[in-house]
Amino acid sequence: MLSHWRQYLAISPFYLVFAVFSLFPVFFSLFLAFQHWDGLSDMKFVGLQQFQFLVRDPVFWQSVGNTLVIWVLSTVPTLFGALVLATLVHSVRRFKGFYRIALFLPNVTSIVAVTIFFGAVFSNNFGLVNAILGAVGIPPVAWLTNPWLIKLVIALLMTWMWTGYNMIIYLAGLQAIPPEVHEAARIDGAGPVGSFFRITLPMLRPIVLFTVVISTINGLQSFSEPQVLFGTNAANASLGGPGQAGLTTLLYFYQEAFMNNDYGYGAAIVWAFFLLIIVLVVVNWRLVQRGRKA
Amino acid sequence: MTRRWGGIGTHAILVVAVLISIFPFAWTIVMATNTTTDIYHSPPKLTPGSHLLDNVGNVLANIDFFGSMLNTLVVACVTTALVVFIDSLAAFTFAKFEFPGRRVLFGLLLVFMMLPLQLGTLPQFVIMSQIGWVGSLQALVPPALANAFGIFWMRQYISGGVPDELLDAARIDGCGFFRQYWNVAMPLMRPALSFLAIYAFVNAWNDYIWPLIVLTDPDRLTLQVALAQLNVGHNTDYSMVMAGVLMATVPMVAVFALFARGFIAGATEGAIRG
Repeated sequence: MLSHWRQYLAISPFYLVFAVFSLFPVFFSLFLAFQHWDGLSDMKFVGLQQFQFLVRDPVFWQSVGNTLVIWVLSTVPTLFGALVLATLVHSVRRFKGFYRIALFLPNVTSIVAVTIFFGAVFSNNFGLVNAILGAVGIPPVAWLTNPWLIKLVIALLMTWMWTGYNMIIYLAGLQAIPPEVHEAARIDGAGPVGSFFRITLPMLRPIVLFTVVISTINGLQSFSEPQVLFGTNAANASLGGPGQAGLTTLLYFYQEAFMNNDYGYGAAIVWAFFLLIIVLVVVNWRLVQRGRKA
Repeated sequence: MTRRWGGIGTHAILVVAVLISIFPFAWTIVMATNTTTDIYHSPPKLTPGSHLLDNVGNVLANIDFFGSMLNTLVVACVTTALVVFIDSLAAFTFAKFEFPGRRVLFGLLLVFMMLPLQLGTLPQFVIMSQIGWVGSLQALVPPALANAFGIFWMRQYISGGVPDELLDAARIDGCGFFRQYWNVAMPLMRPALSFLAIYAFVNAWNDYIWPLIVLTDPDRLTLQVALAQLNVGHNTDYSMVMAGVLMATVPMVAVFALFARGFIAGATEGAIRG
């Protein structure tokens, strides 16, 4: 043990910060989920009360529903579009570098800036989208009022931000497949489409799995998009937009914990949500695994 | 012949995709350089105008743009420097040295990398208020340092990128542990370090949730929080808000344009090897 003091010294800066700001907080929030606490007065142990309330809290379930809808509406087109674009970029000889950079660009812009932009473009009264629709005689659409369209706009902006990122990852996976494999398939009489479904896709499966897990974790954590889109100030009662149609679970957590100072309930929300994410990741994983056997 | 037309079709689709990914930047410029009346006008103005300076002036009158940009810059630089140093040192140790507890410690880090960050947000806030950092910029740094991604990613790189033979040779020549890190491994880690630096910088620059929660002093905000406030307070004055968006986005796009090649190569590395 003593002879390794240099190694322990070298990893200690990280583990000190990690212990205080990551390890301890996770367990402390689990502890908080069983307390009643507003951050100021004394903590009171309430057992499972927070969770009993949560199970019957319609707003919580609405937020879970919103999160899942937004997640599906964004993840499916993102991953599908990324795969198509990666295949196309992989197949061209010229401008490859340009396409990669131009398509990745949306991913380095800030969510706040992108959300403000989408809010302006999809604005009910003066947005560009409604202006274009108006030019061809379609009456204005209430993008930021209708509960489904609110989710669609949020999903669109997430798709815009994340397609390029996933495209780059698929592209790297495609480049790792040796060209001889496709050559052999061609000699055996496989067309480009057959070759894609029978060779490329199965060989890409680990990468697809990686992107599905990452998209599940990222996609379910949407918070900034509805928060910036509809703003939060004391006067704005409907967090998450009209009818709380854009209220995601993390936004609800933020509301309960940091606006209503209900720390115990806030902690219960994130923990319940975390368990839900685990279930979804396992289900997704199973689906992708089963696809391999079929 | 069909092959040639197929190639043109491919480029056509890709050009459309590029236009979609670039359009918001172009349209932001159009909105930021016109007056709000021009944007509200039906049909709206579709070309850049000459009102950029007026709009920028309105942004500066409404929020402390340069102050919050300076705050963001300081936090992002401090965070980046610390992440690069702390993570590379720990990753080097995990990649090249055997010591009791190594597997357990690294496994712990992997498990916590999978957890949603928000699981710890509330207690982090409690800790910050206990030590009196709520409202101050230094509160933004520790949670960013506790992120294990950098160590995981650097360890992958160092395992393959820094040959054992070189470290053995250095050891025989009398190099101690820290000299091996600093003089032998460091030069070889350069490409990975620059990726990690950009990654940490972009994350710190774009971070929104944590600054929103912990920066309670309205005179001391980061750029993203100030921008969101500008939008809430004045969301009818599009041209001004979009000028703010433009001003906040340009530096990040410039950083990306400078380092894009290495950054994209680095971003994929983790996915392929992991």
